[in-house]
Amino acid sequence: MSYDAWHIWAIILGLGAGTYLLRLSFLGLIGSRPLPPWVLRHLRYTAVAVMPGLITPLILFPQATGGAPDPVRLGAALATIAISLWTRNVTLTIFGGATVLFGLHFALN
Amino acid sequence: MTPTRHEFRAGAQAGLPFILVIAPFGAVFGVVATEAGLDLAQVMGFSFLVIAGAAQFVALQMMVENAPVLIVLAASLAVNLRMAMYSAALAPHLGSLSFARRALVAYVLVDQTFAAASLRYEQTPPRTPTQKMAYFLGVAAPVVPVWYLATWAGAVLGSAVPPGLPIDFAVPITFLALIMPMLRSAAHVVAALVSIIGVLLFAFLPYNLGLLVAALLAMVAGAETERRMAAR
Repeated sequence: MSYDAWHIWAIILGLGAGTYLLRLSFLGLIGSRPLPPWVLRHLRYTAVAVMPGLITPLILFPQATGGAPDPVRLGAALATIAISLWTRNVTLTIFGGATVLFGLHFALN
Repeated sequence: MTPTRHEFRAGAQAGLPFILVIAPFGAVFGVVATEAGLDLAQVMGFSFLVIAGAAQFVALQMMVENAPVLIVLAASLAVNLRMAMYSAALAPHLGSLSFARRALVAYVLVDQTFAAASLRYEQTPPRTPTQKMAYFLGVAAPVVPVWYLATWAGAVLGSAVPPGLPIDFAVPITFLALIMPMLRSAAHVVAALVSIIGVLLFAFLPYNLGLLVAALLAMVAGAETERRMAAR
């Protein structure tokens, strides 16, 4: 890394300010003005539209293995889905998934 | 206990398991950033001002490659464009709060707080905006301080984290645990499938823009499925 301290702080402050403005954007501007029903209908799907796409590459092509599919991570992902369907409890699913992840890691490595 | 306090506590309870993800993720950022040559103030500056693991790692990666400042900013901000979508999705729930309160919520708007809150806001009985804010801040209460602390620990204690552990995968596991309960209608399932297929199809786009294209298509697909099912 060959930046001046000034450049590094420009990146930190720029990314911080930009990210905060993105977070505040609609929340700050729209306020309590009612949105049209078709907009609300789209917004209802924000979470299920972003999160699966966010994690799909992490599951299929993990950076830690240089992008090669990894039986430990794939197995843990499948187990997490199964535990979620079985327990219907977010906390148990996270702990169960983590247990399977480390269990497979130590069993296979 | 007042309903508002009750919501805050329920939120904090929902936020606790995220520590499992946030702690290793923050520590790894602290370690990697320090090894890349940032001093402690700069490492902590990232975690205090940005609070977005993925974008912080993208920025760091590009800084290691000595990319120009503006390119680093463009790429890492692109990763965070989804925050604007979250912001829009929260506006109908929290929009009537005072500006100061909305500004506070915006500071702690991260993937985990958003996902936990959207799960809660769709449950009955309907809650007031103040109660919804209390839940949101409740989820953030264990998550955000642990993010600071873990970053600091990683930066100071260095590579005491054993190498080779698959801790990167804590992130997908928590998100899977959050997404699965959201798939309660055909429209939600369609949106999730379009998101997955879309992100693979548009993986060639630079700066993570594929995720945004996939997310927009998935929102349209979900909304359209809902409209057609209601019309039937």
